[in-house]
Amino acid sequence: MRVADNLNAALHDLLDRDPRAYLLGEDITDQYGGAFKISRGLSERFPGRVLSTPISEGALTGMAAGLALAGDTAIAEIMFGDFVTLAFDQLVNFAAKSVTMYGKRLPLRMVVRCPSGGGRGYGPTHSQSPQKHLLGVPGLAIYEVSPFHDNHAVFGAMLDRGEPCVLFEDKVLYTRPMYPAAEPFRLTPPETPDGFARVALPGGDPDCVIIATGGTAHKALAAMRALLLEDEITAALLVPSRLYPFDFPAAIGAANTVFVVEESTAGGTWGAEVAHVLHGRMWDRLARPVQLVHSADSIIPTAAHLEERVLVSESSIHRAIRKALRG
Amino acid sequence: MTDLLDRPPGGLPYPGGDGDDLELMLMIRAFEYKLLDLFAAGMLNGTTHTCLGQEHVPVALSPLMDPRDHVFSNHRGHGHYLARYRDPHGLLAEIMGREGAVCGGVGGSQHIHRDRYMSTGVQGESLPVAAGVALHLSRAEPGAAAWAYIGDGTFGEGAVYEALNIAALWRLPVVVVVENNGIAQSTPTSAHLAGTIAGRAAAFGVPHLAIGSTDPAEIRDIVAGPLGHVRAGRGPLVLEFRTHRLGPHSKGDDTRDEQALREARAGDWYHRYAAADPAGLARVESEQRAYVAAVADEVAARPPSTGRAACG
Ligand SMILES: Cc1ncc(C[n+]2csc(CCOP(=O)(O)OP(=O)(O)O)c2C)c(N)n1
Ligand SMILES: [Mg+2]
Repeated sequence: MRVADNLNAALHDLLDRDPRAYLLGEDITDQYGGAFKISRGLSERFPGRVLSTPISEGALTGMAAGLALAGDTAIAEIMFGDFVTLAFDQLVNFAAKSVTMYGKRLPLRMVVRCPSGGGRGYGPTHSQSPQKHLLGVPGLAIYEVSPFHDNHAVFGAMLDRGEPCVLFEDKVLYTRPMYPAAEPFRLTPPETPDGFARVALPGGDPDCVIIATGGTAHKALAAMRALLLEDEITAALLVPSRLYPFDFPAAIGAANTVFVVEESTAGGTWGAEVAHVLHGRMWDRLARPVQLVHSADSIIPTAAHLEERVLVSESSIHRAIRKALRG
Repeated sequence: MTDLLDRPPGGLPYPGGDGDDLELMLMIRAFEYKLLDLFAAGMLNGTTHTCLGQEHVPVALSPLMDPRDHVFSNHRGHGHYLARYRDPHGLLAEIMGREGAVCGGVGGSQHIHRDRYMSTGVQGESLPVAAGVALHLSRAEPGAAAWAYIGDGTFGEGAVYEALNIAALWRLPVVVVVENNGIAQSTPTSAHLAGTIAGRAAAFGVPHLAIGSTDPAEIRDIVAGPLGHVRAGRGPLVLEFRTHRLGPHSKGDDTRDEQALREARAGDWYHRYAAADPAGLARVESEQRAYVAAVADEVAARPPSTGRAACG
């Protein structure tokens, strides 16, 4: 099953099981079914609860918050995650704040979905990974779709938090398979719906641990294979579903070398937050500071050869790890 | 509502009769003057925006509000809250950070939430939220409406137009109450608004009423019919009140010239009552002032609020 189908099925299931659930977004109704077809079939099956809005990211996010305030379950889709900037006020100053700023906890069941990331030649304003702009906001949790996390369970976990969540969905994942074959590595599924999935060789301590976002997990996995075959470096991969707040991963085991991989461009990244958490917990046993691997400090160009130079890739991950461990 | 339940006994019950508009308007006015006094005496933290001169708007509208209606207020919201709940203790405790505060002292003057009432300090932000709530109401509680108070200056915000467009398109029960006091902080309407508010409503096909009256009963007569259409599912309504801001924007920050201040004072609803029954007005006014003074003494003597929200 493709990731897109898993997401679509999760939304079908959610709207089916929760009669108070709504989905709002631009061009999401059938026959079109959303720019990336993730909402296909939903408006026909749940008319009146799956609503195509005008091009108004701020308003549709605010309306989702209004529905949640009234006790409904609200899912909003921002057609391209880049445009979540237009919903920043509603997310940060309204929805997230409302959970606590009125002196008692006000639960809001609300998820804003953001197709994100590059690699498809959409250019500088349709290819970004804006996760980092939303980190560190009290009352706002940040998630990312991963091929190792079933989205039915992830939606449940997000809504159970009772606070607004933003779900980033790397567009490149949509057409990729859920639970991709990991050979020669073995997958340990997450213990909780939004916990860490682990991919590693059976037995023994790996030379390093890679913590990678859902959207970059397949690139990290490919780099792990190359590291094993070409450099005899063994790595274990940890993939979270929830990026923020970031829980210290118990599955990191006895590792003393850690890399954090994400597609964000340089500066103020999620990886920096992860590194900070890990340094606080395991500084004494780290062989070197946690190393960040991400895209370049650049806008994301359109032409394929230029875009390739900017975005994090299997080879840039491979290079960074080999250089750190083999010099 | 945890903090409300914790309110210590002894809060003086509001003495006004339920139907007495003048008493309520004067209570709100006395409350606002008391705040300015407390600020001057260094007893309040932060800032506050008084609704002096605009008290009649929420006093007129509150009886038209169904208990199922949601109300969204803004930075200038004390009158909105007091007209709906007649709870000067809870509000003053909130503003002073004392026990019994409506929101534990976390929200303060601009951030109040109680049942179906919510205010926030970001201009225009509440309109999309009100539209979302109205979407819920239109399905779950037909006949109920979402009200949003905004000022004239807030028409500078794009969120207002996004929300009006969708509310009109989807015929959502939203009532936008515009308190047009001719100024936004220091900027007169003539310097921040091209065209008119009526023209904006017309552009979305939304009915608009311009209301110059300061008489609550008369206002209710004007509003009742169009409000019925909103409740019947025919879409939003914009009520534009021509009002006057008597006081500063927040505290001590009035840059208007003497002429403008004179005009504002001339538009005060107070004069109409003074002309009709000066002795009666003076009596009610002194009663309300005494009541609010007692509220303030009682609240000021309370221990600090616990603010036990999940805010650390
Ligand atoms: C988004 C936003 N921008 C700026 C402010 C600062 N601010 C607070 S009140 C105000 C003026 C509002 O004017 P108006 O809407 O006419 O309401 P009034 O104060 O006259 O009641 C401004 C600029 C704010 N609170 N929110
Ligand atoms: Mg104004």
